[in-house]
Amino acid sequence: MAERSFKAEVEHLKLGEGDTFTGEGILAITKALLESGVGYVGGYQGAPISHLMDVLSDAQDLLADLGVRYEANANEAAAGAMLAASVHYPIRGAVTFKGSVGVNVASDALANLASSGVTGGAMIIVGEDYGEGSSIMQERTHAFAMKSQFWLLDPRPNLPSIVKAVSDGFELSEASNTPVMLMVRIRSCHVTGSFECRDNRHPELTVRDALSEPRSDFARVVLPPMSFAHEQDKVKNRWPAAEAFIRERGLNEMFGPDSARLGIVVQGGMYNGVIRALQRLGLADIYGETDVPIYVLNVTYPLISNEFLEFCEDKEHVLVVEEGQPEFIETQLGSFLYRASSDVKLHGKDLFPMAGEYTGAVMLDTVEAFVRLAAPDMLPANVRAPNAEKPKIPDLSKTVPIRPPGFCTGCPERPIFAAMKLVENELGKHQIAADIGCHLFAALPPFEIGGATMGYGLGPAANGAFDGGGEKRPVAIIGDGGFWHNGLSSSFTNMSFNKSDGVAIVVDNFYSAATGGQDIMSSRATNPTKSTRNPISKALKGVGIDWVREVDRTYDVGRMRDTIREALTTPEKGPKVIVASSECMLNRQRREKPLRNKAIKEGRRVEAPRFGVDEEVCTGDHACMRLSGCPSLSLKKLDDPLRDDPVAHIDQSCVGCGNCGEVADAAILCPSFYRADVVHNPGGFEKWWAGMRSRVIGWLIKRRASRRLEFQAAS
Amino acid sequence: MTVHEALAPRQADPRLGGIIKLAILAVGGQGGGVLTNWIESMARASGYAAQATSVAGVAQRTGATVYYVEMAPAGDKPPIFSLMPAAGDVDIMITAEMMEAGRAIMRGFVTPDRTVLISSTHRSLAVSEKTVPGDGIASSEEVKAAAEVAARHFICADFDALAISNGSVISATLFGALAGSGALPFPREAYEDAIRASGKGVEASLRAFAAGFDQASSGASDTAATHAPTSLPGVVGPDRLSRGWQALSERARKLPPEAVEIAEAGLKKVVQFQDLAYGADYLDRLEKVAASDKGDGRLTREAAKYLANAMAYDDIIRVADAKTRAGRRERIAAEMNSGDAQVMHVTEFLHPRAEEIVSMLPAKMGARWAENPRRMALIDRLFNKGRRMRTDSLPTFLALYFLGGLKSWRKKTLRHAEEMAHIEAWLGRAMEEAGRDYDLAVEILCCQRLIKGYSDTHARGQSKYARVMEGIDLLAGRDDAAEWARRLREAALVDENGKALDGALQTVRSFA
Repeated sequence: MAERSFKAEVEHLKLGEGDTFTGEGILAITKALLESGVGYVGGYQGAPISHLMDVLSDAQDLLADLGVRYEANANEAAAGAMLAASVHYPIRGAVTFKGSVGVNVASDALANLASSGVTGGAMIIVGEDYGEGSSIMQERTHAFAMKSQFWLLDPRPNLPSIVKAVSDGFELSEASNTPVMLMVRIRSCHVTGSFECRDNRHPELTVRDALSEPRSDFARVVLPPMSFAHEQDKVKNRWPAAEAFIRERGLNEMFGPDSARLGIVVQGGMYNGVIRALQRLGLADIYGETDVPIYVLNVTYPLISNEFLEFCEDKEHVLVVEEGQPEFIETQLGSFLYRASSDVKLHGKDLFPMAGEYTGAVMLDTVEAFVRLAAPDMLPANVRAPNAEKPKIPDLSKTVPIRPPGFCTGCPERPIFAAMKLVENELGKHQIAADIGCHLFAALPPFEIGGATMGYGLGPAANGAFDGGGEKRPVAIIGDGGFWHNGLSSSFTNMSFNKSDGVAIVVDNFYSAATGGQDIMSSRATNPTKSTRNPISKALKGVGIDWVREVDRTYDVGRMRDTIREALTTPEKGPKVIVASSECMLNRQRREKPLRNKAIKEGRRVEAPRFGVDEEVCTGDHACMRLSGCPSLSLKKLDDPLRDDPVAHIDQSCVGCGNCGEVADAAILCPSFYRADVVHNPGGFEKWWAGMRSRVIGWLIKRRASRRLEFQAAS
Repeated sequence: MTVHEALAPRQADPRLGGIIKLAILAVGGQGGGVLTNWIESMARASGYAAQATSVAGVAQRTGATVYYVEMAPAGDKPPIFSLMPAAGDVDIMITAEMMEAGRAIMRGFVTPDRTVLISSTHRSLAVSEKTVPGDGIASSEEVKAAAEVAARHFICADFDALAISNGSVISATLFGALAGSGALPFPREAYEDAIRASGKGVEASLRAFAAGFDQASSGASDTAATHAPTSLPGVVGPDRLSRGWQALSERARKLPPEAVEIAEAGLKKVVQFQDLAYGADYLDRLEKVAASDKGDGRLTREAAKYLANAMAYDDIIRVADAKTRAGRRERIAAEMNSGDAQVMHVTEFLHPRAEEIVSMLPAKMGARWAENPRRMALIDRLFNKGRRMRTDSLPTFLALYFLGGLKSWRKKTLRHAEEMAHIEAWLGRAMEEAGRDYDLAVEILCCQRLIKGYSDTHARGQSKYARVMEGIDLLAGRDDAAEWARRLREAALVDENGKALDGALQTVRSFA
C-alpha cells in the first residue's frame, strides 16, 4: 500500500472526449498514455515520478478493462527490458523511472533496445531529479539519449503541452523505429492545470494477443553482424526519419516576432522561466506575447539543423537556455552555425552559470544581461537605469539552521542507528558503507553513520575491497527496497561468492519507504496482484549466507546493540547479515490511526502510549538528543532562573514508539523519561482496581506532603 | 546560503499587475499540500486561472518543503505562470515555522516593496539545535527583527498552538490568517467554501480557520508575548516548618539586591531537596560570599544560582522523590489528555549501576567498596540492569516512595560527602580568586554549569569541569583570564566529546 492513495483521482482517468481534466502533471501523463492506446506500462518508483507508479497501481482495474498490462518492475533495468515487447510487436509501451539514476540502472536494457529499434511506440518517462528538492547526484539524462540514440522530448511545462508530447512521442517513435524519452522536471510533475480530454483507447494489439501469435526476427538481435547494421540504420534511416517527423509535425515551436536582432533558444521545460524573466523585464505580457523571438525545443535530441539555422537568419545574437552541464545543446548548435559559416553570436554558458538550477533570479539576471548586450534599446528605461536602492535586510545566514531531511517521528530505523552508535562507543569507529533509502539519513547528525553511497542495492558491494577482512570488520547498511532492487544479486551474492568476512545490516521496514511506501517482495501486507511476504532471510539462505540474525523489533535497542556487537566480534568467518525488521512508522500510523480512533469511538479497550519527560529530573545535557533526532523529542526553556539550558520535552506528536525509553536504558542516560499508556474504555474491574490503587497512592502522597514544606509550582 | 543579490526592486510590467504570486515554506508533515490545494481551488472557484506546484522530494521526511501558487483573473487565453518563486518577486509568503520565515527572507522571497509575510512563530527545532550540550536554540527574535524590515506587512502568531487548541492542524489557521490578512482579493466565504469542498475534517478546519482569521485581522502580532507574570511560589506546610521557612526567607532578602531573586529560588530548591537546616547551610555559605563580594554583586548572584544547583545534586533519593511527589500524576494526566473515563499506566525507565548503589552507602564504607573492583562487579551483576517500573502499581510506588523518603539518611552517604568536598573545593577556589580577579572568580562559579546529567554524561561533565579548571589555573593572573575562562566554558558546551574544548585548551596552553 503506497503512502498516498489515488483512488479518487483515478476516476478522472475515465474522462472522455469533451471533458476537461484538471489536476496534477503526473496524472495528466497517465491519462495521455491511456488516450494513446498504450498496451503495457511499468516502471520503478522514485521522486519525482513515484506518484505516476502509485496512480498506475491504483488504476489497475481501469487498466485491466482497457486491456493494458501493468507491471511494478523489480528495478529500472527490468522496466527498460520490458520495452522489448515493442521491438517485434506493434504495441505501444511506456515505462517510468527517475533520472539520472534510474536511467543509469536501465542503461543496459535501453542501449540494447535502441540498437534493436522498435516497431510499436516505446516511451520512457523520466522524472529529471535536478535542482532544488533533488536527492541524487546532479547529472543530466540528456547524455544517455545522445549515446544510445533515443529521442528526448522536453515539453513546455503545462498540461496541454505535456499531454501532446505523450501522443506525439509515440508517433515519433513509430515513425523512426526508435524509443523516445519524455523528460519531466520535478516541478512539472507536480504542476497543476487543465487540458481537454480525448477518449481512452484500447491497444490495437494487446500483449495477451501477441502471445498467441509470437514473432521473431534475428535481424533485430544485437549480435554481429546485425549490430553493425543497427548502427548504420540509426544514422541513415531512423535519424533522418525523426528529423523529418519533428519538422513536418512542428513539434518544436516558435514564439514572438518573425525577425529581430536577437533570439532565444530554450529547452521546452525552461520556457516558463524565460517568459517570466521577459515579463519582469517588460518584454512579454501575461500571456507570453513577447518582443523577443523564442525557439522552443520541445524535442531536445535530435536537434534540427535547418530549423535552427532558419531561426537564426537576420539575427545577430542568440541565447541558448540549457540547464545543467555539460552544455550539449549549445555545443551542437554552435557547430551547426560553424558549418553554415554563420556569423551569429551564440551565447549560453558564457552568461548563464555552468552548474546548478536556473532559478528565477538566475534567469532574470542572465536574460537581462543578454538583452543589454544584444539590444539594450529594447529594455524599458527603469530597467536600463534603475534608480531604486537595494533594501538592506539583516543577514540571517548565521541564525537560521539548515534543515536536512531526517527520520520521521517514531521511525524504526532510529533505534538501529542508536544501537550502532552505542556499539561504536564500545568498539571504536568502523568502515561503514551505506545504500540508498531512508537509512541514508543516518549519515547526517546526530548519528553520522555511513560515509559513502554507491547506489541502490550496492551498499554491501561498496565494501567489496574490504571483503578480505582485517582487524575490524567492515559494515554495510542496505534497506529492504535496495535489497530487492539490486542488492540480492549485486551485493549479497558478491559477499557470499567472495567469502566476505564483513557485516551487512538489512533495514527491513516492510516497504520501499523512501519512495512513498510501495510494496516490495518482503512486504507483510497481502497484495492482490503482487507476491509479497517473501522473507529476506530465505533469500539470503538461498545464496549461501548462513550467519543470519533476525531482529523482529528494532525498537529493542539492547538486543539490536548486542546483535551488532556479536556480528562484529564472532569468530565465525563468512558474511554476517542482520535483518532488522519493524514497520515504517509513517505507513503504520496511516494504517492504524483510523482503526484506533474507530475502536475508541466504538467503546473497545485501546491502549495509547506516549512518552514524557520529568522536567525536574532532566538536567538539560541533551545526551538523549544525540541518540535520537526524533522530531517529537524537542527542547523547552524552563521559566526557572536557576536553569541555564533548555530541557528535553516530548510534544503531542509522539507515537510512543519506545526509542526514548530504550535508549535511556541501553545507554544508561537518565531517569527522566516515562511512558504513559492511556487506556481508553477500560473494563469495569480494571477501572475499579486502578481507582483503588490510585486512592492508596494518593493517601501516601498526601501524608508525606502534610509533613513537609510543599512549594506550589510558580505560575 | 547567502542573501540574494537580485533584491533590487524593479518596477513590474503593468501588464503583469494581474498575477498574484504566493509561496509557502513548511516543514515536511505540516500539511503544506492541503493549504496549497485550498488556495488553488478557491482561486479557480473565484474565476481565476491558477497554477500550483511543489518541491517535496525527500523533504517530505521532516525537511524544508516549498509550495508555490500563481493566479490571475481568467481571460481568453491561459496566462504563462512560473513554476518557482523568484527572489524579489513574491507577493505573499506563508511560512509555517519561525526559522522557515528566516529561510524565506534569506532566499530573497520577502521584500519590502511587495511581500506580505504570514508566519507562525512556533519552533520546530532542527537537529543541530537540539544536540548541543548547552543552549543551541536559534534566535527567533533575530528573525522577527529581520522580518519587520524585509516584509511590506508582517503577520505573526503561534498558529500551531492556535490550531491545536482548536483541534486542527496548522494549515487551517494559516489559511485563516491568509484570509484575515486581506492579501488576496477573495471574500471570507470563498475560503470557507474551499474548506467545505475538500470534505475532510471540515468542522475542525473551519474552527481553526476562524481563529487564524481573527488573529490576523485583529492585527495582533504575537500571542506568545502575553506571558503570565512570574509569581513566587506559594509555600504550604506544618506551622513549625512554615515559620522556619519565613525566617530563612527573611535572611535571603537581606542579601545584596542583585542576588535576592536568585537566592530565593535557590533556597527553595535546596529546602525542597533536603530540609530547612540544609537551607540554612546554603544561606551561611552565601552570606560568606556576599561578605567578601567587593564587586557589583555578580559574585553573590552567580554563587546563589550555582551553589543551589550544586547542593541539590541529582541522587537516587531526589529522583525517587520527584517521581512520587504530589501533583505529578495530575500533571502527566493533563499532558496526555487522560480524564476520568480513562485509566493511565506510567512506566519509568531506571537503570541503576553499582556506582549509584554504592554512592548511597555510608561515606566510609561506600568509599571502601568503590575501591574494590570485584565487589563493584558483584553489585553490577546484582543490580545493573534496565528497570521498567510502573509507578501506578503499588509495590513499585512503595519502593520509590521509600527511597524518596530517605532524606535523613542522605547526609551520611558517600555521594553527599563527595558533593560537599566538590563544593568546598569549587567555592573555595572561587573565593580565593575573588580578592585577586573578581571577574575570574565569577567565571569559576559559572563552571558549575558543566556538571550535569547522569552516569556517563555526568562523568563527562565532571571531566570537562576538571579540564576547564586546569585551564583556568594556567590563566590565573593574566588580565584576560576571565574572558578566556568564559571561552573555555562555552567551548565545553559546544559538543559532547569536548573537541571544541580540546582546541580552546590547546590555544590557552600556547600562550599561558
